[in-house]
Amino acid sequence: MVLKIRKNKYTYFRGINLSKTLLEIKNLKTSFRINDDYYAAVDDVSLTVNKNEILGIVGESGSGKSALAFSIMGLHNRAKIEGSIDFKGKSIANISTAKMNKLRGKDMAMIFQDPLTALNPLMTVGEQISEIIFLHNKGLSNKKRKGRVIQLINQVGIPRPEHTYEQFPHELSGGMRQRVIIAIAIANQPELLIADEPTTALDVTIQSQILDLIKDLKKDMDAGIILITHDLGVIAEMADRVAVMYAGQIVEIADVHTLFENPLHPYTRSLFNSVPNTNEHQDRLHVIQGIVPSLQNLPRTGCRFATRIPWIDESAHEKNPVLHEVIPGHYVRCTCHSQFYFPDESKEDQKHGVS
Amino acid sequence: MGFLEIKDLKVHFPIRAGLFNRVVGHVKAVDGVSFTIEEGKTYGLVGESGSGKTTTGRAIIGLNDVTSGSITYEGKSALGKNKSILNTHKDVQMIFQDPYSSLNPKKRVLDIIAEPLRNYENLSKQEVRRRVEELLDKVGLSPESIFKYPHEFSGGQRQRIGVARAIALKPKLIIADEPVSALDVSVQAQVLNFMQDLQKELNLTYLFIGHDLGVIKHLCDNIAIMYKGRYVEQGTKADIFNNPQHIYTKRLIAAIPDIEPANRAKQLKYRQEVQAEYEHASDEYFDNEGLAYGLQPISDTHLVALPEKG
Repeated sequence: MVLKIRKNKYTYFRGINLSKTLLEIKNLKTSFRINDDYYAAVDDVSLTVNKNEILGIVGESGSGKSALAFSIMGLHNRAKIEGSIDFKGKSIANISTAKMNKLRGKDMAMIFQDPLTALNPLMTVGEQISEIIFLHNKGLSNKKRKGRVIQLINQVGIPRPEHTYEQFPHELSGGMRQRVIIAIAIANQPELLIADEPTTALDVTIQSQILDLIKDLKKDMDAGIILITHDLGVIAEMADRVAVMYAGQIVEIADVHTLFENPLHPYTRSLFNSVPNTNEHQDRLHVIQGIVPSLQNLPRTGCRFATRIPWIDESAHEKNPVLHEVIPGHYVRCTCHSQFYFPDESKEDQKHGVS
Repeated sequence: MGFLEIKDLKVHFPIRAGLFNRVVGHVKAVDGVSFTIEEGKTYGLVGESGSGKTTTGRAIIGLNDVTSGSITYEGKSALGKNKSILNTHKDVQMIFQDPYSSLNPKKRVLDIIAEPLRNYENLSKQEVRRRVEELLDKVGLSPESIFKYPHEFSGGQRQRIGVARAIALKPKLIIADEPVSALDVSVQAQVLNFMQDLQKELNLTYLFIGHDLGVIKHLCDNIAIMYKGRYVEQGTKADIFNNPQHIYTKRLIAAIPDIEPANRAKQLKYRQEVQAEYEHASDEYFDNEGLAYGLQPISDTHLVALPEKG
């Protein structure tokens, strides 16, 4: 008995509580075919999502965040997916579309980035929400279904639900459309919710309302949420744990407080430095040299961030960087973080002059 | 005497409907806005989408027709469409929001940047080419990119092409309409730094339109908050961020996500306070139609839209 408790405690501190694990991804590799070769956009990613937890994923565009989300939902139709994705203990990697359709929209759901392209312009909002309820519960009467849809529209904070039920997406503002997307995602009370940049297209005031809504979902439905964004402020407000992605790999993963107090990987630190901070005055923002390499030009060996911090000596990098556990629950890829420093302003200016 | 002076600017769009497509009403996109920008400063215009901030910018540069009010630029009126006024517009240029749709995909970089030069200056082909190369050098792009097409560049590089086009005629005022909202944080930092460098180098004046208060605070000297076509608050950076008076400004500032996870509880409490104030006191800040009142000065630099006393 005593032994059992100890084991649980131990695993809890490692960030993996077995009884609560909802989604477990191991060595996931999603590759796309360009001409005759496959290139991995998500390269050897392992992570877990627990119940009642928000896992934030941060990174620039092109770092593979959305490709990861689409792999979990099985939305890539021509990609090669290797590795395992276990949802509630059952593998969902490379299963048939019919099986996937039973899970999608019911046990797991996704909030898409662009509400205008995610909604069907020819269907009323009400029809689009009731469709997902109908597909997973065909026995429900029309009347009851409509009642449930109106309740959902109300839940996401849209005024006058009966009126909105009859409206088309083009009649709604951006914030309202995003709420409709959220209503669709939560219609069947999913256990896993993936939010792919849910507030990028929105104003700050609406953003904070949508974020509150997502927080409520976590509280009310005990759901596990993956929040993908490039806004570090949103991550700081929402996430419990944070994974930082660069060039298809997770470069750092830690508890949100640990990560924001003590970011280690050069990429994470550079990201923090390039955000205009509202509390202190900075004259210049830090610029990460170069650009995210395209899929075909990704360095497949060595530290992938090395080319963007050329002032760091090559010997600081590992040959085959792996995730190291610095303190329990805080993992960092490569050893270069121990020797990383920001260069002088004057030197930096000379370097990023011409691109 | 300000560098650019806007007085009681109104831009109304007609709503047409019914038989004969008669005008049945107006959308008051900009409804009585006045401000002054000093030379060499950055003026920030903040608001939600639909608040009229972009329309204001477009009216200043002459892309929207002005219903009433005056725009004076170095003491000269900049309204109308005759030739001398078009010459005034030469000194005012714009950087657009979306670097993907503001560059013609069928034109080479050379033609994109040379277009303003060809319109306003009589230069030979070689001279144009040399000027474009100088401009590319200034924005940090290699001269070989002169014959490339926009799709060959990344977002940040495209935005630099847009900037190169805007500074081609050595303007004095640049209207930047959300120049970084379509870009990633690291690229955003690059473009912002670069805009600040240019400002110092060419003594530019910026009218910076945006909704990201973090960026606005980083860049601007004076800030105005707009809501439904009207100003709700105007003041220096310190006035707005340290001493917000109007409930709408308070809500905007409260809604900025805090970068410190440790402040979550504090931030939540502040937000709830502001929300409570908004719910029971919004009548004091907005008139019967839900619009802001006229601006009242509360200090030399700080103006707030409050109802007139008495």
